[in-house]
Amino acid sequence: MVDNSAGAKAKIEMLEEKARELRRKVIEVLGNSTGGHYGGALSAADALSVLYFDIMKYRTDEPDWPDRDRFVLSKGHVAVVFCSALSMAGFFPYEDVLNDYNALGSPYAMHCDMTKIRGCDFSAGSLGHGLSAGVGMALAGKMDQKDYKVFVMIGDADLQEGSTYEAAMSAAHYRLDNLCCIIDRNRICVDGPTEDIMAIEPVQDKWKAFNWKIATIDGHNIGEVRDAVLNMPAGSGRPYAILANTVKGKGVSFMEDRHEWHYGKCTPEQTKAALEEIG
Amino acid sequence: MVELADEVKAYSDVICALAEEHEEIVLLVADMTKPYFLMPMVEKLGRRFINTGVAEQNLMGISAGLATCGKRAYAHTYTPFAVLRACEQVRDDIAYTEQRVVIAGMCSGINMGTGGSTHQATEDIGILRAMPHMVIMTPADARESAKIARASYEIDHKGPIFIRLGRYPTPVVYQEDYDWEFGKGVTVREGKDLTIIATGHMVYYALEATKILEKEGIDARLIDIHTIKPIDREIIVKAAEETGAIVTAEEHNVLGGFGAAVSEVVVQECPVPVEMVGIRDLWCSVGPTEEMYEKFELTEPYVAEAARKVLKRKK
Repeated sequence: MVDNSAGAKAKIEMLEEKARELRRKVIEVLGNSTGGHYGGALSAADALSVLYFDIMKYRTDEPDWPDRDRFVLSKGHVAVVFCSALSMAGFFPYEDVLNDYNALGSPYAMHCDMTKIRGCDFSAGSLGHGLSAGVGMALAGKMDQKDYKVFVMIGDADLQEGSTYEAAMSAAHYRLDNLCCIIDRNRICVDGPTEDIMAIEPVQDKWKAFNWKIATIDGHNIGEVRDAVLNMPAGSGRPYAILANTVKGKGVSFMEDRHEWHYGKCTPEQTKAALEEIG
Repeated sequence: MVELADEVKAYSDVICALAEEHEEIVLLVADMTKPYFLMPMVEKLGRRFINTGVAEQNLMGISAGLATCGKRAYAHTYTPFAVLRACEQVRDDIAYTEQRVVIAGMCSGINMGTGGSTHQATEDIGILRAMPHMVIMTPADARESAKIARASYEIDHKGPIFIRLGRYPTPVVYQEDYDWEFGKGVTVREGKDLTIIATGHMVYYALEATKILEKEGIDARLIDIHTIKPIDREIIVKAAEETGAIVTAEEHNVLGGFGAAVSEVVVQECPVPVEMVGIRDLWCSVGPTEEMYEKFELTEPYVAEAARKVLKRKK
């Protein structure tokens, strides 16, 4: 299904602006702190925009609302973009993230922490853990006959961790059609291109082989992302993966496709240039 | 003939009853339904019974995810796989996030003699003890196993609970019911000359050792520490003050294990001589279970010998 309505177009424009704002915040927060994971945060911004500003059900005044949709950021090292999204959604002021990111004892740091961040459904840091937690949440939803959905975002590195495939196997076995795994496939890891360091292709075939339904999209085309999420096959008995082909460092030309910007710290001049480019 | 009873079965009987009574309990196994005597629960619990197959990392991650949704997850596998293979999931996803997940670990210590080192756990106490908010309990026998199983549901605790179980039936220590309280050691035998502080299956061998010592005119106190963390500091300090010498006994490496935990209390609060009985930094072997305890010098003559040794050091 492709939503071509006038309402959809307006919504897509709104979501594109939200994604731009997320990217601005990533640059601002990291520039204002000790640095961080620019590349993977910028590649994830569009999917987060769609999830938090269009799709997901949540209550900012009741973060533990039992019927909420869940989101697990398995690539937890890009907490900066996740915390920015949560602040834009209204869970806490953006200024808290901007001023406290990476500060001693701050809730807002390199990795997301459910014990400290309002609206964060699960902690992450070590890769390959998130999908299992999402499976647990989806199983609980089935047990309780709730209709909430569980979204898990994983990155390339999660696809190199064996535990992700344990989780993928169990999601299909338990027919978790309330579970959606968004693969932020930006193709670059710390040391270089994934296919040079440790090849993970063919990603699509792997998920099909694990008996998941999979949609392959341009992860920076908000309309495609939105349609893919809306097409989640509820009632099908199959878990759903969205293979979002993305660009590491998307939106900032000197970072795009550069593994050097997996983690870094912009100079004030670079921060200014990046913000101007994002617009 | 030593009377044996199955502590795993005793644990499971309680857990099954609790699971039938409390809707929020979810039982999970990593292909361990039969060894844990949980077969009747597969149909009874339906969706609340989850088999992950042989995938222990996923077992722990799913348990954590369930717990965030208000479920009481009970994860069952062998201790080496729970604590070593899935160590990081236990640490990051369950312990750090303070999820109430009960991890039942079978094949702790050397009780599965024939399995060899991959199926024996002699470092789990050291690893888990270093994780904040981790509760560790281990039964001396089947009767105590049932008490621990019930406590795992009833105690007020935010975070994981690890239950250190053996594999095969073990000697009965408690012939009758007795007072048991979470976090409080049990004085199995009063004594004034020294105190043997034992945990798990070593309580039996320690009890036998007190009989040997009694014949020699040595009056040994025996304390069963079923809750290794948080440890009962009070009963340890009292033992040190009143008897002036301590022997610890554990089915675990003496490095970083139970004896170390007791010693930490002793050296800080009432320094007295301590001798440790345990695995002396060795990889375990293969053999019939009863012969393994002898080979690794854990049986009553070795506990008695440690007692004589510590008495020589006592001022």
